[in-house]
Amino acid sequence: MLTYTIRRFLLALLTVWAISVLAFAIIQLPPGDYVTAYIAQLASSGVDVTPEFAENLRQQYGLDSPIWVQYMKWTQQIARGNFGRSLEWQAPVLDIIGDRLWLTMAVSVSAVLFTWGLALPIGIYSAVRQYSIADYIFTFIGFIGLAVPSFLLALILMYLGFRYFGANIGGLFSPEYQLADWSLGKLWDLIKHLPLPAIILGMAGAAQLIRIMRANLLDELRKPYVITARAKGMSEFRLILKYPVRAALNPFVSTLGYLFPFIISGSIIVALVLSLPTIGPLLLRSLVSQDMFLAGTIVLFLGIMTVIGTFISDILLMWIDPRIRFERRE
Amino acid sequence: MINAPLLSVNNLKTWFFTDEGTVKAVDGASFEVGAGKTVGIVGESGCGKSVTALSILRIVQEPGRIVGGEIQLRRADEAGCVDLAKLDSEGKEIRAIRGGEIALVFQEPMTSFSPHYTIGNQIVETIQLHQDVGKEEARNRTIELLRMVGIPRPERRIDEYPFELSGGLRQRVMIAMALSCNPKILIADEPTTALDVTTQAQILDLLREIQERTGMSVIIITHDMGVIAEMADDVIVMYLGRVVESGPVDEIFHQPKHPYTQALLRSIPSIFAEPRAKLPTIAGSIPHPHNRPVGCPFHPRCVERIAGVCDVHAPQLRPVNELQMASCFLYHEPEEAPPS
Amino acid sequence: MSKAKPRAAGGDSLRSELEEPLLTTAAEERVSVATQWQLMWWRFRRHRLAMISGAVIIAFYLVAAFADFLAYADPHKTEAFRSLIAPQPIHFFDEGRFSPHVFALIGKRDPRTFKRVYEPDPTRKVPLRFFAEGYQYKFLGLFKTNRHFIGVEGGNAEELIFLLGTDQLGRDLWSRMMVACRLSLLIGLAGVTLSLVLGVLLGGISGLYGGAIDTLIQRVIEILRSIPTIPLWMGLAAAMPRDWGVVQVYFAITVILSLIGWTDLARVVRGRFLALREEDFVLAAELAGVGQMRIILRHMAPSFLSHIIAATTLALPNMIISETALSFLGLGLRPPAVSWGVLLQDAQNIQTVALSPWLLSAAIPVVIVILAFNFLGDGLRDAADPYG
Repeated sequence: MLTYTIRRFLLALLTVWAISVLAFAIIQLPPGDYVTAYIAQLASSGVDVTPEFAENLRQQYGLDSPIWVQYMKWTQQIARGNFGRSLEWQAPVLDIIGDRLWLTMAVSVSAVLFTWGLALPIGIYSAVRQYSIADYIFTFIGFIGLAVPSFLLALILMYLGFRYFGANIGGLFSPEYQLADWSLGKLWDLIKHLPLPAIILGMAGAAQLIRIMRANLLDELRKPYVITARAKGMSEFRLILKYPVRAALNPFVSTLGYLFPFIISGSIIVALVLSLPTIGPLLLRSLVSQDMFLAGTIVLFLGIMTVIGTFISDILLMWIDPRIRFERRE
Repeated sequence: MINAPLLSVNNLKTWFFTDEGTVKAVDGASFEVGAGKTVGIVGESGCGKSVTALSILRIVQEPGRIVGGEIQLRRADEAGCVDLAKLDSEGKEIRAIRGGEIALVFQEPMTSFSPHYTIGNQIVETIQLHQDVGKEEARNRTIELLRMVGIPRPERRIDEYPFELSGGLRQRVMIAMALSCNPKILIADEPTTALDVTTQAQILDLLREIQERTGMSVIIITHDMGVIAEMADDVIVMYLGRVVESGPVDEIFHQPKHPYTQALLRSIPSIFAEPRAKLPTIAGSIPHPHNRPVGCPFHPRCVERIAGVCDVHAPQLRPVNELQMASCFLYHEPEEAPPS
Repeated sequence: MSKAKPRAAGGDSLRSELEEPLLTTAAEERVSVATQWQLMWWRFRRHRLAMISGAVIIAFYLVAAFADFLAYADPHKTEAFRSLIAPQPIHFFDEGRFSPHVFALIGKRDPRTFKRVYEPDPTRKVPLRFFAEGYQYKFLGLFKTNRHFIGVEGGNAEELIFLLGTDQLGRDLWSRMMVACRLSLLIGLAGVTLSLVLGVLLGGISGLYGGAIDTLIQRVIEILRSIPTIPLWMGLAAAMPRDWGVVQVYFAITVILSLIGWTDLARVVRGRFLALREEDFVLAAELAGVGQMRIILRHMAPSFLSHIIAATTLALPNMIISETALSFLGLGLRPPAVSWGVLLQDAQNIQTVALSPWLLSAAIPVVIVILAFNFLGDGLRDAADPYG
């Protein structure tokens, strides 16, 4: 059990490292270096830049050393909490990201909760009542959910909302809370605004999970231990929840590891369509304006968020499957 | 029979309605189980033995359904008999009987337990389903049961998962679970098929020993005539969903009446036979369930078939002497006009 | 049929003998001598939805091939006076006679909002002509022609027909959709081909050699799969130099998409390799002294090729979605390239969409193609296991 946790943890660390390399690569990829861009910007805004100042900056970021030294320096800076400055916003990257990271987290987690909350009961129902009318309806909706990319779904819902309710259904806050400080009222306002993005983001994942749950449960329902349990005189409802559903949860939970990156990915585009104050629109803007420290940091943060999500799902999987706990898995 | 039987199955019909057609898995099976007796149901695979067991417990799965007949169970109190075939298959009454009065031991000890819970959890659950006892008490009873079925160090084993036990131990746990509520009838469906020979003998010994101690009735379902000889008081021979012969074990083995029973007995290997002698087999194979033969279901493979009778009329289970019953025209005349 | 075919099927008939020893009747005899591809085809044919989806996909690729022929207006020709015209219905009958026509539009300025509005003029019927002349293009890239499936007398269809309306720059949406099929469907194929090469190579190595190299590749796959793809693509796509041409961007996007897309295929290939390595017929070939390469190509390939085809079919829609998403964000293909994603870019602004909902019409082919590929892939996957 401990070995499993440690192995997963090491893999998570490895992934974070790989993501940091990728983020660094993204920062480095555009032609020209950061200092050149920064100085050009300062100059264009009328500030006199001395060559010493430029040299200092170069030293600080180690721009004249080999690439791996630069990477080391960058990670050292990050360890101290210095993620660099945003060229476009003229402020430390962290200040700009600010609340957006947490809001992204809130949207993603609520999408995961929605996905689960929808997929679990529907998947169970569809398997237990296989070939019922409801099963066919759910299967159909599931296919639509699978085939309509989330940003298209967002566009269509936005259009319908605009057309029939005359309201802009995007955003995460009502206008009066948009710029307000955090308070209970603002939190409640946020919670009220979360369902729509959560549903849009969760649809595709839910569709997939319903199919997985249904298929797994259909397999499990045919297993002899179900007959054993039935022969004990358990009620059908309790029996299905305790035995086959528990078994079918296993592959279900293991998909969480992939669900989380998938939802975070989707949230970037959906946030743009729904104009959510999350990290997505910021990332796009920073990329378009080649504000690479901001972009790299965002990619790094998003990556770390998914790694944490995946790690949690791994631990959950272990908790749910005694065979992993006992290292009986080959 | 002197006493009224504990369980009597009368003309039971369980059919499966599949897309390809109706499969009459059990088509008019009748037999009785006396108190404290062991009844063996024997037949080739696909003859409807297991479906009969599932029908008694009312856990036949879709698209299977009991379409006719009755299953009378005599209750402990003086309320008399209850017809299990008429109960709501998910209702309270039948659920109290399942696991409580009639328990099932399954043929696959590997997959009959859920791998997600400890064996203790799964037995305690059964006890608490049927008896109003606390968790602690149920757990102590479980340990006692595990000890009774011969599991070493039951206080530790109780918290193990099924995949940590060997096949033989798992079957013992299965028996312990079946016994947990002192059932009046234990149905053992191929309890030893998946085990190796020495373990088989141990499990059969265990079953007999427990039966002697508790006085319950046992229905043992098997395709193995050896198991029947060792365990059963009465034998029921099934072929294609019908009972073709029934009677006390000695009569069945020493003077089998039905040609099918005779063929079955001939195909048992004997240690007294010549070395390398070929075993006699039953000619032909079991017909496909969708096109069962007209008339006596066994007639295409029967060496003694009477042309114009066996392939036209369906024989009924009728007494051939005081002890035995057979469904064969060698012993009685057709009673009805041929089905149009 | 080439000479190699029956020999390649040798492994299969051996397999069918091993697994189906009891086949007897004449109809079943046919099954036991059938090659694996025949069995797959028989099984696939029963899958009604997959068959229909296959036809739909073929139709889409035909549209891509004959896009210019099916278009009637030059997809790149802008005209400020024809901005945001609504879709225009076709009238098929004229006084009881079959004669497809549209009404000419009159552009006016709304006296209050000063916006340009277009109204049909029922008195001016514009008859549609089949195989009419229009803008010039190269038919299948072979020869120049100016014939189009539909058009109007005089060849100025741009000014008269607007089946799906126009975009902000006055370009005809129907014609653009036809041309967009080409890039959107091709990028899927190109991306999948590249991930297929990567996936088969790395998955094959992983499954064949096992051990440390397998562990390494598996970890790489796990890491790649836990990275959120869209931010990564966005980062890489944004890092592309601005001065790259359409073709360069196209190839770069393809490479980026397949850098992540190969992991699924690699898993399938590895899984099949591991399963097949244990099969008796592979062991038999090994014992007979057959070389490793020959075992892979002659004995193993026929039984995992079908799985790879199915997995590839299921990977295609993901590529198409990804391209659409990236282009929608303005980070993928850039105008003047035309793809469904590029077309949807116009629909980013909700106010625009609310006033001109026809800008969303490029979503329809996206959804249909993705659905069709999913159904087809499901059917193929079921059929890929003819003994299952």
